[in-house]
Amino acid sequence: MDIFVQQVVSGLATGGIYASLALALVMIYQATDVVNFAQGEMAMFSTYLAWTFLQAGMPYWVAFCCTVIVAFVGGLVIERVVIRPVENAPILSIVIVTLGLLVILNSTAGWIYSYIQKPFPSPFPSKPIRIGNIVFGAHDLGAIGVTLVVLALLFAFFRYTTLGLAMRAAAQNPASSRLCGIRVSWMLALGWGLAAAFGSVAGIMVAPVVFLDPNMMVGIQLYAFAAATVGGFTSPLGAVVGGLLVGVTENLVGTYVSFIGTELKLTVALAMIIVVLLVRPSGLFGRTVVRRV
Amino acid sequence: MPAILEADDLHAQYGSTVVLHGLRFAVEAGGITTILGANGAGKTTTLRAVCAMVKTSGEVRFDGRRIDGKTTENIVRLGIAHTPEGRGTFVDLTVEENLRLGAYARRDRSGLDGAYEKVYQHFPVLAERRRQQAGTLSGGEQQMLAVARALMSGPRLLLLDEPSLGLAPLIVREIFRIVRTINREEGVSVLLVEQNAALALDLADQAYLLETGRVVMSGRADELKKDDAIRRSYLGY
Repeated sequence: MDIFVQQVVSGLATGGIYASLALALVMIYQATDVVNFAQGEMAMFSTYLAWTFLQAGMPYWVAFCCTVIVAFVGGLVIERVVIRPVENAPILSIVIVTLGLLVILNSTAGWIYSYIQKPFPSPFPSKPIRIGNIVFGAHDLGAIGVTLVVLALLFAFFRYTTLGLAMRAAAQNPASSRLCGIRVSWMLALGWGLAAAFGSVAGIMVAPVVFLDPNMMVGIQLYAFAAATVGGFTSPLGAVVGGLLVGVTENLVGTYVSFIGTELKLTVALAMIIVVLLVRPSGLFGRTVVRRV
Repeated sequence: MPAILEADDLHAQYGSTVVLHGLRFAVEAGGITTILGANGAGKTTTLRAVCAMVKTSGEVRFDGRRIDGKTTENIVRLGIAHTPEGRGTFVDLTVEENLRLGAYARRDRSGLDGAYEKVYQHFPVLAERRRQQAGTLSGGEQQMLAVARALMSGPRLLLLDEPSLGLAPLIVREIFRIVRTINREEGVSVLLVEQNAALALDLADQAYLLETGRVVMSGRADELKKDDAIRRSYLGY
């Protein structure tokens, strides 16, 4: 029982990170119908920036905030410079562009920072927290906390601010939004910025666990895809629930199904993607999109 | 009366298909002008051309200043509100959120409360349903919401695209009555595109008749109503 609770909590911690990245994917997907394959690499690159800031002697949370801001601007710039010119191209072209972005970011990071793994600090104490017989990793609990805070902020932004409302409107009905005077293309750029900022938090939170290297997000990006697929690519809430579900499932299966262990954990994510696509293609919370032709 | 909106030699095209062939028309300040025509005559395209939602050439002036070449967002911000074909409802958002979006381009935040009040006064049913998801409204209510959303920006010119489409006659009459009230009481000029010529001619002061992207007749609405050709082709008696 103790092991079970421990595994669930640590599953929630990694699940929260998948959820963040999945939410970033869903945000961009909803606004532009594009699955951004470079989302994970954008997060990885941001994490390297955070590392650079920390090396320069910045206090942890200052570096954290700077990274989030730089990531936001970076996402905005990427949309303006790389995505905007192909905005009206067929969807496949845009996907290929994001794949190109993935490769560029990955190799640039490797070129600047080398492919050698670096340790990344956690802002939380290394001493585990003990409640009764159950031991929790302080970083796990901290990561859950940070993820929840960021989620709440994002929710409040979209729910209560006019700008958030305008972004939702621009994603739903661009033509009608323009008629309300909303600068739709800037809303999309803003969406990329927010997604990048959000992804950077995920990167910083996961780096102490997986160590910093240019390929650190490859697996996590897959989990995020699984999360978004499970929850439904059309539902932000689904992305969060999906992320937590994938994180917990992955941990429990890894613990209790002996032949899977740590080596085959990633397969669990892929299996979940396939099962969901077979049984409920729009995901748990997603809506089936019907298009008139 | 001076014109609030003028178009000169206005062309519009979708891809390589030219739909408007050099229109010339004007909307009187404080008046209601209607554009009539059969399906495919280019009525909707005319409104879309004014708001730069389609590729155009030629001149469009609002208040004497050129607006062709500006983006849709910037044209709207000048004080032109467009109730589009198909109503343009944000179906996943609540009625109130729809209205808030309508006021997005408003410069004076202070006028916002007054705008809500006025809109709810014109359309009491929207006040009752303000927390409801807009997609669950009936067709008539969604049309009212579309007009209300347009009014939230405090426009000086309202472009109305087929408000009668798919609605019961009673509701259509109600919407037309409200449009007249808004025009009279708030001095909002209206450019109305309608297939229902009888209704439109009753409401409007000036009318233009479009056929395959050209103005074939124009004049005062009450005179056009008496015209034999119009009566036979568009009024059906």
